[in-house]
Amino acid sequence: MTLDVIFKLLMGGMGVTVSIFVLTLLFSIPLGLPVSLARMSKSKVVSAIAGVYISIMRGTPLMLQIIVIYFLPFYGFGINVTSGYRFVAVIIAFSLNYAAYFAEIYRSGIQSVPKGQYEAAQILGYSKAQTFVKIIMPQMFKRVLPAMTNEIITLVKDTSLSFAIATAEMFTIAKQIAAKQASLMPLMAAGIFYYVFNLLVAWVCRKVEKHYDYYKI
Amino acid sequence: MELLRIENCRKSFDGEEILKGISMSVNEGEVVSVIGPSGSGKSTLLRCACMLEHMDGGTLSYAGRIAAQEKEGKVIYANPADLKEIRKTFGLVFQNFNLFPHYSVLKNVTEPQIIAGKSKAEAEKKALECLEKLGLKDKAKNYPCQLSGGQQQRVSIARALALEPKVLFFDEPTSALDPELTGEVLKVIRDLAALHMTMIIVTHEMNFAREVSDRMIFMEHGVVRAEGTPDELFGSDDERLKSFMGKLNGN
Repeated sequence: MTLDVIFKLLMGGMGVTVSIFVLTLLFSIPLGLPVSLARMSKSKVVSAIAGVYISIMRGTPLMLQIIVIYFLPFYGFGINVTSGYRFVAVIIAFSLNYAAYFAEIYRSGIQSVPKGQYEAAQILGYSKAQTFVKIIMPQMFKRVLPAMTNEIITLVKDTSLSFAIATAEMFTIAKQIAAKQASLMPLMAAGIFYYVFNLLVAWVCRKVEKHYDYYKI
Repeated sequence: MELLRIENCRKSFDGEEILKGISMSVNEGEVVSVIGPSGSGKSTLLRCACMLEHMDGGTLSYAGRIAAQEKEGKVIYANPADLKEIRKTFGLVFQNFNLFPHYSVLKNVTEPQIIAGKSKAEAEKKALECLEKLGLKDKAKNYPCQLSGGQQQRVSIARALALEPKVLFFDEPTSALDPELTGEVLKVIRDLAALHMTMIIVTHEMNFAREVSDRMIFMEHGVVRAEGTPDELFGSDDERLKSFMGKLNGN
């Protein structure tokens, strides 16, 4: 079996992989913000809840989280899920997991903005919400870009973990073909795909970082 | 007209009393400088006046409006709506500028005005006016990181002036600058003094303070040690005052 035949077979799975990647970012990047604000909340209860959430999400394997979320409706509530839920479960698990990581990255970014920025905003008449949205958040975003790039690159590779519940993403298919053909080639092809995908991701992230070079902090 | 009045202001950090009952008042058009050794509480006093720190005791009022007063041993601040109005009375120029790095010079000066309720066109017009006065009109499109420290401080003065405060505070405005850049900032303050802008200046620039101030306050260990016109303070017989002034004059 030649590489181009393998790539054709993997094609369908690639679409699913890219979907997992895109949807996870779409949900987890915004979701990380309220989690991070909750983590920094003055209310001890709110902060503790966010702390436990982050701790569980970071402290247990993502693969386990995927499996739990997939089987929870049936074992937890006796609901029979449709086959379409497989993909939904993957997106929920990935989004919840990555939101926890992003929340911590945001927190480090927010806390690294100097106190003087808040003070200047207060003196100049900005409300707390205006200060956060107009002054703090944009500076936070610039500060966290390198850490975000790291996390996003990890996400590309982590999509393969969804084979745990037999989602038809690329890695799952590659494994099946490899087993059938008794060949490493399909897995090699998968490796090439991830590598090229990540080259692209790194390139985009570098472009975004460059875009924010117009000012220094 | 009395624009600022502080009575018996007290403030402690971690049990250590930094301000031990300071009172001062500033009239419209007056330039008052606050001098004293490091750790004397000058900056803390200024931060209490600007409400960046909460006082532990005392009264604070601007142009007759009470911002904070002591009731049964507790300092009660005015309600948020009143405080918002009171905050419009004063501006503050920070030691390290605290410009917004992600905004252009023009936006730094424009946005606070828009927040205060002006239209964008009005705010930009005023901003350009202020920048021009401070010789920075050609820097309007630049970002703070592209400016020298002296220019950044001038932008921050423009930013404060654009809001037309009645009182302008300066917290050691030249302390973060290279010696050759302090001149341009001091000149701006001198020009403002000539225009009878009401200013309260915390500074270590003794000659400058002497020249520009109507009144000087010498603080030490959290109390006002001496207060008077520059000539009174520089001519004082107080040994401590003499040694302090002498040291800073490099004699």
